[in-house]
Amino acid sequence: MIKVSGLKKAFKNTEVLKDINFEVKDGETVVIIGPSGSGKSTLLRCLNYLEKPDAGLIDIGDVSANTERVKKPTINKLRMQTSMVFQHYNLFKNKTVLGNITYPLTASKKFKKEEAVEIGEKLLGQVGILDKSKQYPVALSGGQQQRVGIARALAADPHAILFDEPTSSLDPEWVGEVLKVISDISKKEKTMIIVTHEMDFAKEIADRVIFMADGHIVEEGTPEEIFDNPENERTRKFLRKYTNHSGSIEEETIEPELVTV
Amino acid sequence: MNFDIGYMIEILPQLLVYIPITLYLAIVSMIIAVVIGGVLSLILVNRTPVAVQLSKLYISFFRGTPVLVQLLMIYFGLPQLFPWLNSISAVNAAIIAFSFNTSAYLAEIFRAALTSVDKGQTEAAISTGLTYHQAVWGIVLPQAVRNAVPATGNMFIGLIKNSSLAFTIGVTELLAQGKLLATATLQFFEAYLAVGIIYWGMTILYSWMQKWYEAKINKPYEA
Repeated sequence: MIKVSGLKKAFKNTEVLKDINFEVKDGETVVIIGPSGSGKSTLLRCLNYLEKPDAGLIDIGDVSANTERVKKPTINKLRMQTSMVFQHYNLFKNKTVLGNITYPLTASKKFKKEEAVEIGEKLLGQVGILDKSKQYPVALSGGQQQRVGIARALAADPHAILFDEPTSSLDPEWVGEVLKVISDISKKEKTMIIVTHEMDFAKEIADRVIFMADGHIVEEGTPEEIFDNPENERTRKFLRKYTNHSGSIEEETIEPELVTV
Repeated sequence: MNFDIGYMIEILPQLLVYIPITLYLAIVSMIIAVVIGGVLSLILVNRTPVAVQLSKLYISFFRGTPVLVQLLMIYFGLPQLFPWLNSISAVNAAIIAFSFNTSAYLAEIFRAALTSVDKGQTEAAISTGLTYHQAVWGIVLPQAVRNAVPATGNMFIGLIKNSSLAFTIGVTELLAQGKLLATATLQFFEAYLAVGIIYWGMTILYSWMQKWYEAKINKPYEA
């Protein structure tokens, strides 16, 4: 389980996270939505300690950290509790696809080479990319790279996986295959927090949805509550914009002859 | 026109035997320069307080003054300040001067190579549970080396040629021997052309080796 209370983070004079409180139960899939600059990514990065929070408590699994006076060994333990899937994949360019998964296992987790290879090949099979295991990341499409990124995040068997806009830099044709892999993992009762702009995907996969704006959690609830009956005006406004963006043409009356391509 | 190609070919063997001393000067200086430059670049990248100011001063001085001045300063000037350096050999003085000079340039090359590795690589490494140290050695450094090889190779070629300056403090290397032959027979052009061709040959050979190495380390990055 993940428990965050009073989390704060500022960059210079800009407060990006203002007193964030939330919980994620084991096996739960939580989707965070919200406008750009609302602090969603920073929140994930604080959980993984890629950013150092200014204040607040973070409990993940059996590690708890008071971010104001946490020491290095605790930070390392906390970091091991989660792993991250990045918007830009960030695969190790100097390692093969398989090496991307086995290197962290052998270098830090003290796995034997054969064990690491076994884990790596199993996971690459799961994300459907085993045939590329000897290739280098540069030879893969964006979608394939992100699937490797997901396999790498799974390899260490962390308490939770954090997805930071996993499909935002993908060409539209690759989005589907990545979302499918994520949704397969979610069915396996893995604890996950996903920051995404894919609203249909969020609706389908989330056990719970959190809407963030201006460094606050504005509203949270089941997908039905948030998408169908949002209580807060900010949430309504945000979702209205999004449904307009994805072009729900049927709701607007457009004269067919005016539609040009 | 008076050009004796027969003489030039005749003296080649007498010059070729000085290749080892020239290569010795260049290679040993390069190894020391890589070590010093590597340390300096890490200081620059991590902005270690105090050390970073001292490093910048060092780099500024050794890039900002002629290598010949540095060579003379180290060989003739240092023993005046530190009498125990009186016994320093000309070869060692040359190696010190060349490696200090080259290290100042390499520090900047390495710094640029390190910072050009995408920050996401370090973040991904750390988020998979690697320590900062492991991230740097296993992920960042190999990519930085690839970025640094072309410019570092240029520095080495420069070093092979600059090693000829060692003759000014009495090291008998390739150029010094050429000068000797030239003044003995007064066939200056033949002697110096022979010397030039030998330097040229060495740099061409080295360029081939570097090309082969670059092709090898670039393989993972080519689709």
